[in-house]
Amino acid sequence: MANRIPRVPVREQDPKVRATNFDEVCYGYNKEEAMLEASRCLNCRNPRCMTACPVGLQIPRFIAEIVADNIAGAAAVIAEDSSLPAVCGRVCPQETQCEGSCVLGVKGEPVAIGKLERFVADYSRDQAASGQCPQNTAGAACMPDRDSDHPAIPLEGAQGVKESLGTKRRVAVIGSGPAGLACASDLAKWGYDVTIFEALHKAGGVLEYGIPEFRLPKDKVLRHEIDDVRALGVRIETNVIIGRTITIDALMDKEGFEAVFIGTGAGLPKFMNIPGENLCGVFSANEFLTRNNLMKAWREDYLTPIHAGKKVCVVGGGNVAMDAARTALRLGAEVHIVYRRTEAELPARREEVHHAMQEGIIFDMLTNPVEVLGDEKGWVRALKCIRMELGEPDESGRRSPVPIPGSEFEIPTETVIMALGTSPNPLISKTTQGLETTRRGCLVADDSGATTRPGVFAGGDAVTGAATVILAMGAGRTAAKAIDAYLKAK
Amino acid sequence: MEVKAPRLAAAAQPGQFLIVRADEQGERIPLTISDFDANAGTVTIVTQKIGASSADIIALEEGEGFSDVVGPLGLPSEFVEMAPEQLSSMRYIFIAGGVGTAPVYPQAKWLHDRGVAVDVIIGAKTKDLLIYKEEMAAVCDNLFICTDDGSEGFHGMVTALLEKLVADGHSYTQAVAIGPMIMMKFTTLTAKKLDLPITVSLNTLMVDGTGMCGACRVSVGGKTRFACVEGPEFDGYLVDFDEAMRRQGQYKAEEAEANEKHVCKIGRGK
Repeated sequence: MANRIPRVPVREQDPKVRATNFDEVCYGYNKEEAMLEASRCLNCRNPRCMTACPVGLQIPRFIAEIVADNIAGAAAVIAEDSSLPAVCGRVCPQETQCEGSCVLGVKGEPVAIGKLERFVADYSRDQAASGQCPQNTAGAACMPDRDSDHPAIPLEGAQGVKESLGTKRRVAVIGSGPAGLACASDLAKWGYDVTIFEALHKAGGVLEYGIPEFRLPKDKVLRHEIDDVRALGVRIETNVIIGRTITIDALMDKEGFEAVFIGTGAGLPKFMNIPGENLCGVFSANEFLTRNNLMKAWREDYLTPIHAGKKVCVVGGGNVAMDAARTALRLGAEVHIVYRRTEAELPARREEVHHAMQEGIIFDMLTNPVEVLGDEKGWVRALKCIRMELGEPDESGRRSPVPIPGSEFEIPTETVIMALGTSPNPLISKTTQGLETTRRGCLVADDSGATTRPGVFAGGDAVTGAATVILAMGAGRTAAKAIDAYLKAK
Repeated sequence: MEVKAPRLAAAAQPGQFLIVRADEQGERIPLTISDFDANAGTVTIVTQKIGASSADIIALEEGEGFSDVVGPLGLPSEFVEMAPEQLSSMRYIFIAGGVGTAPVYPQAKWLHDRGVAVDVIIGAKTKDLLIYKEEMAAVCDNLFICTDDGSEGFHGMVTALLEKLVADGHSYTQAVAIGPMIMMKFTTLTAKKLDLPITVSLNTLMVDGTGMCGACRVSVGGKTRFACVEGPEFDGYLVDFDEAMRRQGQYKAEEAEANEKHVCKIGRGK
């Protein structure tokens, strides 16, 4: 029986060694391991894994191709629904989606769908790089990182551009994160002329500035998948801030874009609004991670500075908190995660928590900061916290933490990193006519992604507030369908 | 230096800034826009060597390019949104310190073009460090110069000159100070003494410049504000300058180390 085979373990870098470097933690499967793991799939008639996937990846089909030793075929199946398999295989919360729905998981361990997806993507990329499998990413590998020679298209030149593109209809995608890349890929496949506008100097959004190298290698994995999107004909213009450099109104009225997709994510960091938060040594996780990931502060040859110090407290329990903590650890600090609930409530992916613990991150649970204390020079010296206990369940179903009176204490620390979540940037909603937002600053959009302004669609964190890469991709694909329908009816 | 950036030049307004990156390894450096010409598609920036990254910018020669230029960022100056009748009743005094002189220029020019009364004080340590003198003289009613060492113009700080002007009978409805944080702090104290409202332009630390990182946060009237998206200009009376100065120096230790190690790579091999 196939399901008698235990889940094939995945090889990882030794925790003691990896705590001192930024190389990838997980090595992934080799072909033998992947084929063995793939053989565990029961190929269910009613694949619940597929229903649980936000982009509807045809999971049993691609796994069957692995079993049949046709990895290129597996890659082709995945490519029908996802342009970022090497990314998703690494960062999706599989335990609550595909793998969480796997029948094998009822009595034993589910099929390692994420690791298999990653294997297919990595294997295909390596084969293409060695020239053995050119069909997957023809020509893309040698493309430069930035194809934007912004400001290459002056306003008055827009007409010329439109004509040279013949009958192709133009769609603007704002933001080159997972939502934007997924939306742009589908639209380009259907023959639209798509331009992605990115505010930063590199494409990828949160995949570039947020997720660290040791979880998602930038040059090896991310660049390659973004180049695959470019190879579909999608143009990416970096260094364009929609709402500042140019508005959505101008894109539609003057530059000939017939529809716009807003996938600008949730980029604004939250703070706790406790005393001492503006002391030197208090950073948002966004700042800390952006310095390290986008600006590559961990590398000697890059100029952007980063400050971790000898001891760091990271406040929060999500994936971003784990990323910030493990980054600080690799920069040489002793790191504490300060979280107001217990381990069971940590919202981070299980694998990240597990890896963080293996690497020696200290978890201070049921602990909530009340004040950041400074020294006479205005630098952090300690984090004043209060002990918590779990009370009645709240709306989210989790037991809500309640402070224990009189239990305040100090954790001496050099640095405090706030990883409390993020909210959408109001720049676009404030500078575009007819776009409504919710009280929390999220764009109002219906199930198809249509906003309150005709021709303007939105999806991902900009609509839902901070969520996951794969949910953003799903929303990008849904909006792509709606944009296609809108333009056909127009 | 002038930088070709047509979209940015077309969108720029007085008071806004941009971010440049000299090369792949460089930092993202926020710089105030000193002038912009939508027709030519260019913006002008002025910089001074502070650290390793600004040294790389200065090393650029005519015809070379930045790896990245993005903007305009931040909110335009308050007067850009003012109604014409309100604007015509204003009498501005700009207090420019050092490199801060450059971003004063487009503001004075914008107001002067619209017939608003504008005086400008340019202050520097010594006369060799005075910039934009002729350009500024053409876009204001009265230009006053002061140097710390008395090598040109009034002998003393901008604060003393401002007090003297008011004592001599000049009257203003609004002051705007742009320069080093310490100069803006003391100019604000002087303005307060003179009962003169004052706007300051904060050159805080920034990474992205779009509200993402929060490195630029400042306390204004007891509330935390992001200088990149809610500024860079704020009411001087409300700014916590001491905190802002401490926060500005947050990476001094790391920067000193980088300066020691840094060998400028730009322009080598020519």
